[in-house]
Amino acid sequence: MNPQNLSGLAYWLPVVSTGVVGLAVALYVIMDGFDLGIGILFPFYPREADRDQLMNSVAPFWDGNETWLVLGGVWLLVAFPLAYSIITPALYVPLIAMLLALVFRGVAFEFRWVAKPHHRKWDIAFAAGSTVAAFSQGAMVGALLNGFRIETGQFAGGSLDWLTPFSVMCGAGLIVGYALIGACWIVMKTSGETEKTARRYAQPLLLALLAFIVLISVWTPLQFEHVAVRWFSGNNMLYLSPVPLITAALAFSCWRGLKGRHPTIAFNAAVGLFVISFVGLAISTLPYLAPPSITLWQAAASPKAQTFMLVGTTVLVPFVLGYTVFVYYTFRGKVHPGEGYH
Amino acid sequence: MDSHALLFARAQFAFTISVHIIFPAFSIGSSAFVATLLVLWRRTGRDHYHRLARFWTKIFAVSFAMGVVSGIPLSYELGTNWSRYSLAVGNVIGPLIGYEVLTAFFLESTFLGILLFGWTRVKPWLHVTSAVLVALGTMISGFWILAANSWMQTPAGHIVQNGVALPVDWFHVIFNPSFPYRFTHMMTAAYLTTSVVVLAAGARYLLAGKFQEEARTLMRMGVGMVAILGPAQLLFGDQHGLNTLEHQPAKVAAMEGHWENTGPAALVLFGIPDQERELNHAEIALPRLGGLILKHDLNGRYAGLKDFPKADRPPVLPVFFAFRIMVGIGVLLIALGLVGAFLWARGKLFTTRWYLRAATFSWPIGFIAILAGWVTTETGRQPYVAYGILRTEHALSPVSATTVGASLVAFLLVYTIVFSIGIYYIRRLVLGGPKPATVAPGSPHEGLPNRPLALGAEHHEART
Repeated sequence: MNPQNLSGLAYWLPVVSTGVVGLAVALYVIMDGFDLGIGILFPFYPREADRDQLMNSVAPFWDGNETWLVLGGVWLLVAFPLAYSIITPALYVPLIAMLLALVFRGVAFEFRWVAKPHHRKWDIAFAAGSTVAAFSQGAMVGALLNGFRIETGQFAGGSLDWLTPFSVMCGAGLIVGYALIGACWIVMKTSGETEKTARRYAQPLLLALLAFIVLISVWTPLQFEHVAVRWFSGNNMLYLSPVPLITAALAFSCWRGLKGRHPTIAFNAAVGLFVISFVGLAISTLPYLAPPSITLWQAAASPKAQTFMLVGTTVLVPFVLGYTVFVYYTFRGKVHPGEGYH
Repeated sequence: MDSHALLFARAQFAFTISVHIIFPAFSIGSSAFVATLLVLWRRTGRDHYHRLARFWTKIFAVSFAMGVVSGIPLSYELGTNWSRYSLAVGNVIGPLIGYEVLTAFFLESTFLGILLFGWTRVKPWLHVTSAVLVALGTMISGFWILAANSWMQTPAGHIVQNGVALPVDWFHVIFNPSFPYRFTHMMTAAYLTTSVVVLAAGARYLLAGKFQEEARTLMRMGVGMVAILGPAQLLFGDQHGLNTLEHQPAKVAAMEGHWENTGPAALVLFGIPDQERELNHAEIALPRLGGLILKHDLNGRYAGLKDFPKADRPPVLPVFFAFRIMVGIGVLLIALGLVGAFLWARGKLFTTRWYLRAATFSWPIGFIAILAGWVTTETGRQPYVAYGILRTEHALSPVSATTVGASLVAFLLVYTIVFSIGIYYIRRLVLGGPKPATVAPGSPHEGLPNRPLALGAEHHEART
């Protein structure tokens, strides 16, 4: 199907829907990113008081953060049933692993307090669940870049097709990325020893994340021809040159923020790194939603379903963002040991 | 068609959604209960309302977290295991779930943060408002998910093109024929079930001679709600049944074990339906009562199972028994409420030990009735997943039996472990009972404990 032949609405609706799915996933990655990151860093905090502080710093937000994951998944189903029906069976194993991991870490938020003083198992559940969820998400991104075996509009591959050296590397990269954003959050939201420990880990994590970003940027065009064409053919290289430049600038300001005691700048720069990586990923794969063959126009749902959902999203998401900001504002500032939110 | 994959996928969805529904049902009721207690506290200033509100908020928080984490997999199972379902009805079902996320999930989860952690962080009115918004969120959530489920039972407002259902009129999609009945029936069930738990907790404290003031409030609120909602549910259920007879007659025939439409319909009290031989073994039936119940007419008759092709009949045995379990428990709950109300009127509610003892054991039966009700309606919808549009066997993903089987085992293991422990924790919280308030109402510098103190340290006290 040639998108140029589509009439206005049939062309633009899927484009807008893609933007919404992208926005929901990006918001999810950023917001759940730091609370998964805190779980990933849990093993580096052996003291119970530190762990209490870490938990307290995200406890009021985690549930709202995770809701963006549901929104992203549901939007994909609503706007692109065909892509959803290919991607979800193709990513069966990492998806189920992620969901089960999220069960463990999610209940840990409540169970840990109720179980005290026998809460060690929930510390482990929180840390392991967060790490496995992060790895699975990264591996899914890698598998998506790899593309799926699709025959007659259905996934035709095997259950372990997703597992490649590339997807494993993406999984490891996302663990590091979430750990960085989590460390920046901890520096920003806590004080004392808790903050110091995170400060110690944040800079090496930043370097490691940059290494992964470079690795992926080199690996993808080498392995996937369409990615090479997208980035390096004609004038594209020039048009897309801001992407690596912005990445470098963000990395620099994250480094400076961590060194110069500006934790908010460091955190925002780390968020920026996620956003720019996400943009880079979109540049590499679009217009394919289920690479290598299903484009967003082919996958699109009926216009009626998309418009109904768009109207609701346009009206409601501003409210959602409004009260999300309100909650973050309410629980602003540092969490102090033993005194909670004062 | 891989019959093992189909079986595993059905087992997985049945298991995960059955575990899930327990928690939202309890959360719907508990959030409303907490909001009510907080409003009462703010209006009367009476301290025990505050203690109860804090106490039940903890219970609610644990239940809510389990509801969230057990719910997220469901939306993804629609793709992993049921991708052809997503293709066939995603255009209609997807937006309904989408609206649930946008109007309910964000509202609940965000204001839950303020409800749990904002006791002194925000102004009192805002804290109470947050509790009300969380309760409202759970209702809105029920609205959309029951609209989606009802559409699968009684689809409307759509056309089918090339096997794909496309929305035509969203109002008719949402307010499809069975939705108002199902919504009323299920929400009432959630409030009723939670009220029974409240009542059971109060009865337990009274018997143990603990927390007298709180226990009396729990008893009064519990008995009051059960006495009203129990009989109301009888009425709602009856109406829902009539609606089902109109739109899904094969389901009603299975519920009633009604094989042949040969005269005024009898009411089968007991029997063991035999799908193959098309009859009930060991049947005990009362003549004409079936017609009275379903047609409100002693000469009433309705379609029997034999009026439908064999391939279009639901499995009769599970539907027949699940329905009887639900109705049986409904009758017990009505008795629990009315006897309680009678004792209350006589001034003996808090001292009648046999009643208190019966009440303490009643806490799980509402949940069992909810599960039985869902087994009735979902199994009764078979062999269709979307009634008349898509057969369950045609909804499966192109995945291997091994993959689905392995994930089924993983879900069974993880859910059994995690949620059994969770229910055990809730039980422990309930048995621990409400604690003296650590917050002096209205004082500007309340020594509000943070989470470790609120849930952890208080619990230390309970354990020592």
